[in-house]
Amino acid sequence: MTAPAGEALHAAVSLRPRPAPTGMLSASLTFGWRALLKIRHVPEQLADVIGIPLLFTLMFTYLFGGALAGSPHAYLQFLLPGSLALAVLFLTVYSGVTLNRDLAAGTFDRFRSLPIARAAPIAGGLLGDAGRYLLASALVIGLGLAIGFHPRGGTAGVLAAVGLVVVFASSLSWAWIALGLILRTPSAVMSAGFTLLFPLTFISNIFVPPLTMPPWLRAAARLNPVTHLVTASRGLMSGTATAGQVEWALAASAALTAIFAPLALRLYRNKH
Amino acid sequence: MTGVVPGARLTAHSRPPGRSSRLASGFLGPNGAGKTTTIRILATLLRPDGGTARVFGRDVVREAGAVRRKVSLTGQFASADEDLTAAENLVLLGRLWGHSWRDARRRAGELLEAFGLAEAASRPVLMLSGGMRRRLDIAASVIVTPDLLFLDEPTTGLDPASRRQVWDIVRAVVACGTTVLLTTQYLEEADRLADRIAVIDHGTVIAEGTSGQLKASAGTGSLRVQLADPAQQAHAQGLLSRELGVPARQESGTEALSATIPARNGEPDMGGHVARALAELSRSGITVTGFALSQPSLDEVFLALTGHPAHAGTVTMETVR
Repeated sequence: MTAPAGEALHAAVSLRPRPAPTGMLSASLTFGWRALLKIRHVPEQLADVIGIPLLFTLMFTYLFGGALAGSPHAYLQFLLPGSLALAVLFLTVYSGVTLNRDLAAGTFDRFRSLPIARAAPIAGGLLGDAGRYLLASALVIGLGLAIGFHPRGGTAGVLAAVGLVVVFASSLSWAWIALGLILRTPSAVMSAGFTLLFPLTFISNIFVPPLTMPPWLRAAARLNPVTHLVTASRGLMSGTATAGQVEWALAASAALTAIFAPLALRLYRNKH
Repeated sequence: MTGVVPGARLTAHSRPPGRSSRLASGFLGPNGAGKTTTIRILATLLRPDGGTARVFGRDVVREAGAVRRKVSLTGQFASADEDLTAAENLVLLGRLWGHSWRDARRRAGELLEAFGLAEAASRPVLMLSGGMRRRLDIAASVIVTPDLLFLDEPTTGLDPASRRQVWDIVRAVVACGTTVLLTTQYLEEADRLADRIAVIDHGTVIAEGTSGQLKASAGTGSLRVQLADPAQQAHAQGLLSRELGVPARQESGTEALSATIPARNGEPDMGGHVARALAELSRSGITVTGFALSQPSLDEVFLALTGHPAHAGTVTMETVR
């Protein structure tokens, strides 16, 4: 073991001019860099990012395709925009899980004592998460195209749909971040998150149009913000989206952020 | 949470404006007094339940941003990101303190070298030894050298060699002008690192002074005499007790005697007492193979001041430099 060296030690800890405090954006980007480093050092954590999108898209296309739409190919045209949303939304739970783990590890004590915007670590985490959402989106779209998905909306439509899904997912992430600040262990956050995600994604128009559902379920599906997201995403990919559809999806994202971001930041500030 | 605000007030008192950071003071108190809580409040990590705390004249709640620019904290538990390498951890914090990427990398390299961590630079923190992690944690706290550094039990759980390395770092940081407030479970640590110590019990400062003054005020020292012949033990015990005016005790299983020496007017006049007692033993033909004269330990000081013992592990000493 090397002992700390005398002169070098004194030189290293001597007082010196300090740099100007860093801004919110720069700090958030630095935390985004941290998230990417963590993925690089622990690539296993991408198993979900890769596995969930591929499994969902393949399973539902070939399991339900024949029964619901006559053929997997026909069903794929309907399912894929929903499958994109489903795959990405399932990943949002990890925003809360990761934060909860970081808080338990004491890493955030250091961040919280720095002269940076208090929300920067969370904002940076969301940036890293958005990177994972984009990766998952690319996998779903790539797989879809490989097995016969034909988006009539073209590249622009597909990219716009992916953008919308990532925006919505980042908004929903705030809810899990709040949950991650309330619950005590990462596994509790994961259980609670997935338990809530199942109805949120299945009681929607991802798999089937709500028309065949009983009235009460249809009402729930129509109120579900995920339904608005998938309607807009489908519209964009097929080139038939209306401004209203996109606005509804954006409004749903804004509402989720407006409710959960202040709640999460408030919980974060008061966290011991 | 009792004891939180008195602790904060003490810090303010201990550092009169205009004094150089060579002033060293500290406090000693049991764990329940809120040692870690105090530090977390002063580092703006926790809001006090009541009262106010000021650091460099700035309110830790209302002016938290201003406080954070001047202070740094190394918590009781490892704070480095285990997935990242040692160097990445320091670069990350350098960026967050406002360094450019280039400066952040240069500063990380400089600190890793100085703290004896160069070989660990590109290893994930998870793979580092406890001593290395502790030094990395302290390095992370001085990326931008703070005016005030909080160290919460910086050597808990370290082996003696690692502990000495941390002491070297703390001394260097203090010598370079940073004020350090540290807590420790090791009385020896505060004894070595602090010039001034205050004793806290149940949230109240009950004594303050240098380590020597506190020991003197506790009013006791101790003498330990090693005899050549066990047969002379009883005779020697009687002589010592008479000369010192206090009962000498036989140490079980040894040929040694020990006695606690009382204070005279607040200062233990150990020299005179002991010289006379040893001379008397010699005159009586009792062979002394060795003797040791010691000031009271801070454990004894704590007991004398509070009336209850400071058990290892439940006692904390906090030093302000």
